[in-house]
Amino acid sequence: MNRHWGRDPDRDRPKTSVLVALVLASLTLITLDSRTTSPLDPVRRAVGEVFGPAEVATATAVRPFTAVPDWFRSKDSMQQDLLDLQAENSDLRSQIATDDYARNRLAEYDGLTAAAEGLGYSLVPARVVALGPSQSFSRTVTIDAGSEAGVRPDLTVVNHDGLVGRVLRVTRTTATVLLIVDADSVVGGRVGRSMEVGFVTGRGVLGGDGRLDLELVDDTAIPGKGDAVVTWGSQGGGPYVSGVPIGRVTTVYSSLRETAQRAVVDPYVDFGALDLVGVVVPSGTASDRSVIEADGTLR
Amino acid sequence: MSPLRIAAAAGAVVVALVLQVSFFSHLAWDGIVPNLCLLVVVGAALTRGPQFAAVLGFAAGLALDLAPPADHIAGRWALALAVVGYVAGRVRREGRPTPGTVVATVAASSFVGTSVFALTGLILSDPALGIPDLLQTVVLSVIWDVVLTPFVLPPVMLMFRRLEPDRSLA
Repeated sequence: MNRHWGRDPDRDRPKTSVLVALVLASLTLITLDSRTTSPLDPVRRAVGEVFGPAEVATATAVRPFTAVPDWFRSKDSMQQDLLDLQAENSDLRSQIATDDYARNRLAEYDGLTAAAEGLGYSLVPARVVALGPSQSFSRTVTIDAGSEAGVRPDLTVVNHDGLVGRVLRVTRTTATVLLIVDADSVVGGRVGRSMEVGFVTGRGVLGGDGRLDLELVDDTAIPGKGDAVVTWGSQGGGPYVSGVPIGRVTTVYSSLRETAQRAVVDPYVDFGALDLVGVVVPSGTASDRSVIEADGTLR
Repeated sequence: MSPLRIAAAAGAVVVALVLQVSFFSHLAWDGIVPNLCLLVVVGAALTRGPQFAAVLGFAAGLALDLAPPADHIAGRWALALAVVGYVAGRVRREGRPTPGTVVATVAASSFVGTSVFALTGLILSDPALGIPDLLQTVVLSVIWDVVLTPFVLPPVMLMFRRLEPDRSLA
């Protein structure tokens, strides 16, 4: 069908047959890809092998520039404190402005090391190199660690704040991660205080008002406001390992139509400003980079 | 059809796609980024006409569907951008389009493209989202695309015009 476009590109009356063929081709693709075991998976992987390294290279090239607005954005809420600080010490302020990016990175690595220690797993560190556009209505990111780094599908992804998501598919050098705020994401959650289990689903919204919904299995259990929600995990630690903090309960409401209690969970992770993440791998996984071991050491 | 033009069109799509997911994600507005691939397709439509643009739109949409981090059902962007290429190509008249025509075409194309994608999502319920969310996304993406038009469309249209002189002007 790609041959069609070689014939009469500039004829005044366009051929509707071309459009019809393209629409039919699209519908065929949609039908093929809707099946649970999609025949397009090898194609996705092949395309990923090409675009993955390009995304990693672009993200690396633009990182020094994009870090500047990121810094201001994440400090938005501290604007008032910053004003006070400015009045206090202008000398210190100029020092912070120059060192802050490097220091933030160090703090994140420290946090990640502490996370590995707390969870008792090894972590493969990775950077987020691409973010799926909201126009596609799915919340996915690409990270710069792939099968060569020991990453495989259905592994848990965390950062220093808590649960980020799970790995959907990998190429040699990159992996696609489904964020827990995606509308298709379901995570087994446990209310830390009462140990009640339930399911945490995303709403498909990123940023400041990105929230999760928690539905408890036991309809008599009522989660308390401010309770921490962690993952409860499943057999063999896949796709989510247990005990990873997800978020904090902000509001609770019971619906009359449904039998279960629902709660709104505010995730600990700021999904609008994702950068350094860790992929939870079994201890001793072979990797092309330093792995953060359970005891906090780098291997 | 010169191999050079195919290579240039493919190159423009790859650059647009990579910038869209890796660079503009840092400037995202509620996660919504300018759809550079759509802008390239509109640029091709305004210079080369509906047939070329529809095929380029299909190819660019397929890349959007398959390149990481995409996870939606493949074929949806391919359908949306093929329609955009065809519709925008019909706007092309004799001579060069005025800046006003270009901006209007981009706005209409962005609306059509994002809406077609959202509608296929509604039909396939992938994912289940409310109409207000869809409308907000469509409106914000139209604004983004129009804002980026003065920076993206002139070089893209110049490139397609240079590669093969427009025979309709002769």
